[in-house]
Amino acid sequence: MREPILYLLIIGAGTGGELCVSRAMKAVGEVKDFRPTALLRVAGRALRVPWMWAGLTLMATGFFALLGALSIENVSLVVPVTALSYAAGALGGRFFLGEQVTRRRWAGVLLVCFGVALVIMGRR
Amino acid sequence: MKLRHAQANRLYYKPMESSDSRMKSSASLHFKTYLLIFLMVIFGPLGNVLLGKGMKRIGAASLGTPTDAIDLLSRVLTSGTIWLGIASLMTFFAAYMLVLSWADYSYVQPASSVAYAMVALLAHFMLREVVTPLRWMGVLVICLGVLVVGQTPPRTTEPS
Repeated sequence: MREPILYLLIIGAGTGGELCVSRAMKAVGEVKDFRPTALLRVAGRALRVPWMWAGLTLMATGFFALLGALSIENVSLVVPVTALSYAAGALGGRFFLGEQVTRRRWAGVLLVCFGVALVIMGRR
Repeated sequence: MKLRHAQANRLYYKPMESSDSRMKSSASLHFKTYLLIFLMVIFGPLGNVLLGKGMKRIGAASLGTPTDAIDLLSRVLTSGTIWLGIASLMTFFAAYMLVLSWADYSYVQPASSVAYAMVALLAHFMLREVVTPLRWMGVLVICLGVLVVGQTPPRTTEPS
């Protein structure tokens, strides 16, 4: 019973966190200057966006759930299972970030999900 | 709405002489995107595998009592392997943040899924986990999905 809860946390909190962080980075704007000082300024600007803090909190939750799951199961199972977040990610990108997910991109995401299902079934 | 339409027109009906520079900037956008996704694909899986190695050594997590939790936390935080894993994941995270500042999440997320092949490889060679043929096939299908996603344009929203 512990494992499904951990997976749910990894996927739910992880994807939610990434969507929030992605939204924050879109607010910061495209990074064009990769010098260290410029990158520090980007980090400073990012930390002033509330979405970044919401995202970091959620991602930290997902991270500790991942540690918990890894203490019980193999890496080659846990990591592919977390890829169920692909469907959640495409939906979130479409509805939360307003990105246009084309039919071709949906097809790619579906293939990825199918591959993940095979990985799960490939359990010994 | 009207303004947006005008902007879109300007984007699509630029005069011919600027098409060269537009191509160049699109090529550099692709290069930057691929480079950062490459870093993500190396450091993300490495981090996960190192965390897995560290947590296996620590043993199954039990949070029965507060003493258990503190004991577990102290064992996690004093493990060198875990810290290496965290450093690796932070490198991954930095690359991820940067790429998300210009590329779509729904592009980056699937594109970075080459990482699943990397995880399987690293788990097999570093942790001696058994990766069954069916699992390898799954990994291949994931990579195929990645190729399909890679053919779509990295940005569909207008820069703000």
